[in-house]
Amino acid sequence: MKLTRRHTLMMALGSALAAVMPFRAFAAVEDNIAAFTGGAAVGSEGITLIAPEIAENGNTVPIEVNAPGAEAIIVFAAGNPTPSVATFNFGPMAASQSAATRIRLAGTQDVVAIARMPDGSFVQASQEVKVTIGGCGG
Amino acid sequence: MADNVTPRVRVPRDATAGEEITIKTLISHPMESGQRKDGDGNVIPRSIINRFTCTFNGETVIDVTLEPAISTNPYFEFQAIVPETGTFEFTWYDDDGDVYTDSKDITVG
Repeated sequence: MKLTRRHTLMMALGSALAAVMPFRAFAAVEDNIAAFTGGAAVGSEGITLIAPEIAENGNTVPIEVNAPGAEAIIVFAAGNPTPSVATFNFGPMAASQSAATRIRLAGTQDVVAIARMPDGSFVQASQEVKVTIGGCGG
Repeated sequence: MADNVTPRVRVPRDATAGEEITIKTLISHPMESGQRKDGDGNVIPRSIINRFTCTFNGETVIDVTLEPAISTNPYFEFQAIVPETGTFEFTWYDDDGDVYTDSKDITVG
């Protein structure tokens, strides 16, 4: 095969794409977060996310979110094939804006929780969870 | 439809007016994520519960949107206010259109 100008260009393009790939997975989360917040600034006070530091089984990782006064809390798993995990909307009969559930994690990654407050502001908390056995099958 | 879907809910039998109670719910469901493959390499289609709601006398307590990242047998724990005697209604919405419901009465004494 002769190395033509076109081939050289294609190869350069391919390596450039490969260099960008690791950021793409993270960008998906950023996009999701932007879709929820509408691009607004996100604070960090007034929300707690309780997740284990080490989860032996990625199929059931217990998490708990708590954001006093929040309208809604959305949870993302940054390293999952689909980052969205769940959205909790709290109604007038909710005693506290907290909820606990169990989630799947594909591997070691950050879990992110964002709460929307009634005044339109957003707060965020995140925690890294180390996963021994991933929970996405294969 | 998913087989043997059984909702289980734990709500206290009685409470004092205005008390905050903890509700625990569990529903047996495979929550097939759409990511797994069978022995022949074919993707197993997604089949999950995509929404869960809890209401007290018609007023919303919590409304959850579920994604495939929720574990098999979805479990939820949350708090509710009980101002008066009434009924908690729990509803789960399956991808295939099925709706599973459960209800619990609570007495304010």
